[in-house]
Amino acid sequence: MSKKNPEYDFKWCPGCGDFGVRRALEFAMIDRLEETGLPIENNVVVAGIGCSGNLVHLLEGSQPYGFHGIHGRSLPISMGVKMGRPDLNVVVVAGDGDFLSIGGEHIAPQAARNLNICAVVMDNGVYGLTKGQSSPTTKIGEITSSTPFGKMEAEADPLELYLTLGVSFIASGFSGNPRQLAGLIKEGMNHQGFSLIHVQSPCVTYNDTYEILKGKPKEGIEPLVWDIPAEHNHGDKSAAHDLLQKRGLPIGIIYKDDTRPSLDQRIENMWSKAKQQTPQQLMDAYEF
Amino acid sequence: MRDFVVRFAGEGGQGVVTSAEGLAQVSTQVGYHALTYATFPSQIMGGPTWTQARISDQQILSAGDDVDVLVAFNRDAYETHSVEVRDGGIIIFNSDDRDFENFTPSSEIKCFGLPIDELARSTGNNRSANMVVMGALAHLVNMPQEYLDEFVESRFRRGRSNDDEIIASNIQAMNLGRNHTSESGLILGDLAPPNKPTHKQLMIKGNDALCLGAVAAGLNFYIGYPISPATTILIWMERNLVGPDKFAYQVSSEIESITGLLGAGFAGRKAMTATAGPGFSLMSEGLGLAWMSEIPLVVVDVQRGGPATGLPTKTEQSDLFSCMYPAHGDVRLPVIAVGTVEEAYEGAIWAVNWAERYQGPVILMTEMAIAERVQNISKPDLSAVKIENRKVYEGNNGYHRYEGFELSPMPIPGKPGAYVANGSEHDEMGDTTHLPERHVQMTERRFSKLKLLEDGFYESDNNEAKIAVMSWGGSKGPSQEAYSQLREQNMQLSWYYTMFLNPLPPELLNELKSKDLVIVPELNYQGQFSSILRSHGVKAQSITQYTGLPFKVRHLVEKISDMANSDKKATVKA
Repeated sequence: MSKKNPEYDFKWCPGCGDFGVRRALEFAMIDRLEETGLPIENNVVVAGIGCSGNLVHLLEGSQPYGFHGIHGRSLPISMGVKMGRPDLNVVVVAGDGDFLSIGGEHIAPQAARNLNICAVVMDNGVYGLTKGQSSPTTKIGEITSSTPFGKMEAEADPLELYLTLGVSFIASGFSGNPRQLAGLIKEGMNHQGFSLIHVQSPCVTYNDTYEILKGKPKEGIEPLVWDIPAEHNHGDKSAAHDLLQKRGLPIGIIYKDDTRPSLDQRIENMWSKAKQQTPQQLMDAYEF
Repeated sequence: MRDFVVRFAGEGGQGVVTSAEGLAQVSTQVGYHALTYATFPSQIMGGPTWTQARISDQQILSAGDDVDVLVAFNRDAYETHSVEVRDGGIIIFNSDDRDFENFTPSSEIKCFGLPIDELARSTGNNRSANMVVMGALAHLVNMPQEYLDEFVESRFRRGRSNDDEIIASNIQAMNLGRNHTSESGLILGDLAPPNKPTHKQLMIKGNDALCLGAVAAGLNFYIGYPISPATTILIWMERNLVGPDKFAYQVSSEIESITGLLGAGFAGRKAMTATAGPGFSLMSEGLGLAWMSEIPLVVVDVQRGGPATGLPTKTEQSDLFSCMYPAHGDVRLPVIAVGTVEEAYEGAIWAVNWAERYQGPVILMTEMAIAERVQNISKPDLSAVKIENRKVYEGNNGYHRYEGFELSPMPIPGKPGAYVANGSEHDEMGDTTHLPERHVQMTERRFSKLKLLEDGFYESDNNEAKIAVMSWGGSKGPSQEAYSQLREQNMQLSWYYTMFLNPLPPELLNELKSKDLVIVPELNYQGQFSSILRSHGVKAQSITQYTGLPFKVRHLVEKISDMANSDKKATVKA
């Protein structure tokens, strides 16, 4: 829709990794549409603030519902949507600053709840929209506009963090391979619980990591990304930890726990414990 | 004697609250009106605390200025509260408390020791201490024993095998308390017989009444974070808002509360949270988003005292500016402020309906003194509740959700009409834009919707007088009592009151503008409501108080007369 909307005045830089993520999300939603027969309006995309958040306006073709909220709060907004309407497919799109810095406090509660939503985090290791400040995933020592003498903090390790917090589905993706990423997003959507797809989505303007990620085989530079082998047991948490200790960036499903009920399922299972009363019955209890 | 006030004071955990509520229950059971007023220590166990109950043969408006009877459960309570007892009042102290050993009360005070614990133990039922106190109080106001028997019978007859035994021990405890007190020779007076209300009554706490109102209006989504004095709303909802299509849940912060509500309101739910000052401050940005993206939701602010952590367990009316203007940018939110337990019920219905009607956030203000007040109210008629639902878009895809300068139907996820609810300034489709004409259109659109909320009602009396008293929120009761007393003295005053602070009912505003002076009793330093009234062109002046306690009627009578009689009014400019 918005691609044709002349008033819409936001553009990603040519070559931005987020284009690939957008394609992947579109693929995943179309596949889901075909598989489930549910209309596109059954999907809600909740976006944070940052370059990544604008993805919600740039989707092509028939539209899902969108909520472009405030910085850092896409997870709790999605919690409200999902718990208000558990029948909807709820997807969060966020950036590394949005999700891990200002919004970092919201990851642990959703993991503990096993909130049944799928979050796609676009990690470019920089604040792009505000022109190149350091983010949680910027490497220590790196010079950015807000770290003129080098970044003082160690970089976050998002995948290890998610594992530690108990996120029940963790995948790692690369925007350079939208088809593969679409498959991961779709698996995340189908997972009954909190799924996180952490995507390397380079910023061509402030932190271009394409070469590092893809490598340069002709010059003998090994790519940083490598596909997780099929034999990886993603039900095994220590295997997941081991995987993350290896050199480079594994791409694929890192960890998946199908055994835990999601928050909406837990709530439904609890209904029988409560005495369900009408407003009239509730009021009558105060009579004397 | 038509009414009396008993204050129960002691340590947290000594039964201070249950005694006051017990007295209120005995009294309402037989047809009196009762109101309790409580303050709590911040610590859970121990720490000084007190609760008072006012009992009357007519409807009660305030907690009462003076203490007629003090029940001191320990020495500290005696020392702290004896000064509050009026001349001719009576103090009962628990002579079983070790600190009262070798205690000789001043001969100027009517005071006697009641061995509360020992008398209770002698009945074989250690839990009957409350009843010993109840018997003592019954003697002081000459309340017939059959009233008390009736209460014990209805309270303890629960179909258990030992019901008779329990009832007998409780009645015995009351008799012991009564007899022991009669030996003291003290008496407060003869309480007038009750006028049994003709309408069915509820005995209910302010916060519970608010919950009932919200649910009556169709509330089906509640999330919150514990904070005094709003926590009891969260607890009520978690127990009662359970089942298919309902949701009540404790989240991890007030930021989660407000943003979660945004998601739920967007998804079609009638969503509410309740908080107090500190939590409300954390909701600022989210409330701005609700206004901007046009999402219906209700935030209850149960006011306590002061900025920051302030006075968590005291009462104040100092959040009005915050509630009306909670966020950055051009935002002015609808505000309903309740002043009584009945209004807590009614205001909640209005708040949920308003949010649906204008598709945006509504602030429902209450305060500690109402939240924790237990009072008898006439049982509301649920069948009379008019439930409003938002205008929902029911067409095909390709809809422009933010079209035009006024309210438009709202699409709900799952159905055609997909759009982006956007917190950035947006065009009609919900896409971000910075075009000047769009910002003009959307700003005017958002403010135009407030016009839909001008149907609030108001109370008035003696409208001709040129000087008016108009309080708001929980200062209504004491102001109303003060007003009545001044009218009995033939002072030329008029009375106005409304729960609807924004938008004010237009007719009310016109009337107020015609006055020479509008006197606004309110519990804050800045005179927040009078300041807002002045911005509307009303010659308003506040009577302020910022002690963490409610107004005393006597104080208001004095202040209102001073203001009305002084030349000061000539200097009050709108």
